[in-house]
Amino acid sequence: MTKNNAELESRNLAAVLRDRVREVYGTGTGIDGLVRLSGGASRETWSFDALLPDGQRVPLILKRDPLDEIDPGDPDVNLGIDRWSEGRLMQLAGAAGVPAPDVPFFLDADDRTSAGFVTQRLEGEALGRRIVREDEFAQARTKLAFQCGEAAARFHSIPLDQLPPLRNLPVVAALDYNQGVIDSFKQPHAGFEYAFQWLRERSELAGDRLTLCHGDYRNGNLLVDHEGLAGVLDWELGHLGNPISDLGWICIRAWRYGYYDNPVGGFGAVEDLLEGYEIGGGGRVSLETLRFWEVFGCMRWGVICMTLAFTHLEGRERSVEKVSIGRRAVEGEYDLLQLVD
Amino acid sequence: MEAVQDPNLSAAEQLALVLRDRMAEEFSAGTKIEGLVRLSAGASRETWSFDAVKPDGTRQLLILKRDPMARQADKKFEGVPEGRLAVGRLVEGRLLQLAREAGAPAPIIPFMLNKDERTTEGFFSHRLEGETLGRRILREEAYAAARPKLAYAVGHAAARFHGIALDKLPAMRGLPAGEELLHYRTIMDSFHQPHAGFEYGFRWLAERLELAGERYALCHGDYRNGNIIVDEDGLAGVLDWESAHLGNPSSDLGWMCVRAWRYGYHDKVVGGFGSVSDLLDGYEAGGAGRISEDEIHFWQVFGTLRWGILCMILGFTHIDGEQRTVEYAGIGRRAAETEYDLLQLLD
Amino acid sequence: MPTDRPNIAELVEAVREFLTDHVGPNVEGQLAFHTRVAVNALAIVERTLDQGGAMDDAELIRLKALLKQDGDLQEMNAALARAIRGGELDDQRGAVLEHLRLTAADKIALANPRYLTPRG
Repeated sequence: MTKNNAELESRNLAAVLRDRVREVYGTGTGIDGLVRLSGGASRETWSFDALLPDGQRVPLILKRDPLDEIDPGDPDVNLGIDRWSEGRLMQLAGAAGVPAPDVPFFLDADDRTSAGFVTQRLEGEALGRRIVREDEFAQARTKLAFQCGEAAARFHSIPLDQLPPLRNLPVVAALDYNQGVIDSFKQPHAGFEYAFQWLRERSELAGDRLTLCHGDYRNGNLLVDHEGLAGVLDWELGHLGNPISDLGWICIRAWRYGYYDNPVGGFGAVEDLLEGYEIGGGGRVSLETLRFWEVFGCMRWGVICMTLAFTHLEGRERSVEKVSIGRRAVEGEYDLLQLVD
Repeated sequence: MEAVQDPNLSAAEQLALVLRDRMAEEFSAGTKIEGLVRLSAGASRETWSFDAVKPDGTRQLLILKRDPMARQADKKFEGVPEGRLAVGRLVEGRLLQLAREAGAPAPIIPFMLNKDERTTEGFFSHRLEGETLGRRILREEAYAAARPKLAYAVGHAAARFHGIALDKLPAMRGLPAGEELLHYRTIMDSFHQPHAGFEYGFRWLAERLELAGERYALCHGDYRNGNIIVDEDGLAGVLDWESAHLGNPSSDLGWMCVRAWRYGYHDKVVGGFGSVSDLLDGYEAGGAGRISEDEIHFWQVFGTLRWGILCMILGFTHIDGEQRTVEYAGIGRRAAETEYDLLQLLD
Repeated sequence: MPTDRPNIAELVEAVREFLTDHVGPNVEGQLAFHTRVAVNALAIVERTLDQGGAMDDAELIRLKALLKQDGDLQEMNAALARAIRGGELDDQRGAVLEHLRLTAADKIALANPRYLTPRG
C-alpha cells in the first residue's frame, strides 16, 4: 500500500471510530493516538484512546478484517471465525472468569470499514520470546502454567448454548481435515502418515468431551504481566472440539523458544498445567490423553508449516518467510516421532 | 612517505584541504573548491570530481584520479613476482598527455598531484562531457549518431597512440606476446584448478605465436568499451591507462573485440557498436598500417582467454578470502562465458 | 554437473555473507527480519550441499531394506508413505519408526541444528 493510501485509510477509520465512541461513551467523546499495530494480511489491529468529555482516557484496541480480503490459502484461516464471534467469545471467556480484555463495542461492516471488535488495551507482553526470557517476567513465569490450565478449564466449561455458531471439529474430523491438507500437496510424507495411523488407532484416548476450544492456545496468544496471565487473546480459531486439544497445543515445542525444559510454553511444567486445569474445574486429565493431543499438536504444527510453504510454492503469496517456515515442518515431525511408539 | 587519513576529518574534508593548497599553487591564492564528490569507490583507484573556482569567478571543471588512501594489498599469485601490471598514477597521467599530443582523443592533463603526508599520488584532468558507461553508449538514443563512427574512431585513435615513439615514453613494463601468455598461464596455475577449456586456448595460442605480429609499441592494455568517453559526435576520449605496457599493439584491437564489452549487442563485434572492418579501416587511416585478419583473430582469442583468467582472478580473490564480495564470486562464474566464446573462436 | 569455481556452495556462501554483512546492517524492520530469514534459508542450502548427499545415500539404503524394492528416493518415500497408510508395514513398526526417526533427525540437522540444543 502506498503511504497516501495508508493515510487515507487511517483518516477514514478515525471518522468511523469517532462516530462509534460517541454512541458508546456519549457526545463530546473524541479519539486520539490512532495507530496501526500489525500489518498482517489476515487481520488489522489498531491502537487508539477514547477521550471522554470529562478528560478521562480509555485505552483501546481495534481488531478488524482487512479492507482488501485476499484469498486465504491458509486452511487455518479458512477455519477462522468472524470478528463478531471472536469478540463475543472474549466476552464469554471474561464472564467465565478467564483473564481477558473487556470488549466494549463492535464495528459493523459498511461502506467505510470492515467488521471488527474493540477491546480494552491491557498492559503486558504478548511476545512469546520475551515472556520466556525477560527478567521482569521471572515471577510471572512460575505461575503461568498453572494459570493457563485454570483459564482453559474455565473457558472449556462455558455452556454450549451460550456460544455463537461455531464449527464442530471432533477428533476424527480434525484428523481427516489435516490429512486432506497434506494430501492436497501431493507430497507423500511418511512421517506424518505414521502420525495419522498412530492417532487414528488411539482416537479413543482423545476423550469424548465436546466444548469450546480456543484453537490456538499457545505462548504468543497470551498477554502476560508481572503478576502472570493477564489475558487470553486471539480467539479467531475458536471451535467446538475436544478441550484437551488446547492443552496439547500449548505443550508443543514450537512455543518454547529454546527453553525446552519447560514443556508448557517454555515457562512451565505439565504437572502445573494439569493441576491448574483440575482446580479450575476441568477435571483430571490423564497423561495418555495429553500425550495424544501433543502428538496431534506436533502433527498440526507440521501441517501448518507445510501449508505456509505451499502458499509460496503454489504462488498465492511469494515470501521468503513462508517458504522458509516450510522447512520447520520437520520440527513437528521429529518431536512427534519421539513421542509415539 | 605514507599518506594518513586524519580521523577527525572525512576523506572529502581532508582532500578539500589538499586541493585548496594545490589549486592555490596552480591558479592563485583564494581559489575555491566546489562540488567535491567522489565518483568511484573502487578499491584500487579513487576518482573525484570538483570545480576550481578562481577569485575572478571563472571555473575549471576537474577530475582527480589518485591511488586509494587505504590501499588493499594486491593479490599475490604463486610463481608471479608481481601480480599487477599497473603503472603508477604519474605515469598514467603522462601517457594521457602523450596520447593527446599524438592526436588521440584524450582529456587535457593540466598537472599532477604528488604524494605527501595528506594524500596519495594522482593526476588531474579536465572534465569532459560525455558517457563512459558501455551499456548506455550502446543503448541511449543520444549516441545513435555516434555509434556508427565509433569502431573507425577507436581504430584511428589506437593507431595514433601506438605510433608514439618509444623513446618518449616513461619507463614501463615490456610484455611481448609469449611473455604475456606465460604470465596468465602462471596465474591460472596458481589457482590449482585445472581448466581444460583454457588449457586448449593456451595451447592454441602457443602454437600460433608467430601470428601475434612483430610490432612493439605502447599498448593501452585495457582498450575497451567502458574505458572510452563518448559524446554525441563520437569518441571524445580514451581513458584509464593504468594497464599500459609495451607490447604488441594489436592486443589492444583484439581486446576491443572481446564479447564481454558488447553488452548483448553480439553482432557488433567491436565494443558492441561496430565491425572489425571499420576498426581496421580506422587503424589504417590513423597511420598504423593494415593488420591481417589472422593477427586480429589471434588477439581476439588472446583477449577472450585473458578475460577468462581475469574472471578467475576475481573469483579467487573472493574464494581465497582477500576480498569477500558477492560481486567477485559472481564474476568468477563468468569465466564460463569466456570459455564458451573461446571455444567458438578456435579451430 | 559441470562447474567452475566458485562452486555452488561457495556462491551460496557469498550471497549469505552479502546479506549478513552488507544488507542486514543497512535495513530495518520487516526487511531486516526477512534478511535474517533469507540468511537462514541459505544456511540450510549450505548444510544440505555439505551433508545432504551422504544423508540421501543412507536413507536410500534404509528404504531399500525396509521396502524390499528399488527406486529413487522420491519414489521410495512415496512408497513408504503409501505402505504406512495402507498398514502394509504394521508387522515391522519398530523398524519403520527407527527409520523415520533417523530421517527426521537428519532433516533437523539440515533445517535447524540448534533445535536439538536447549537454551537458557
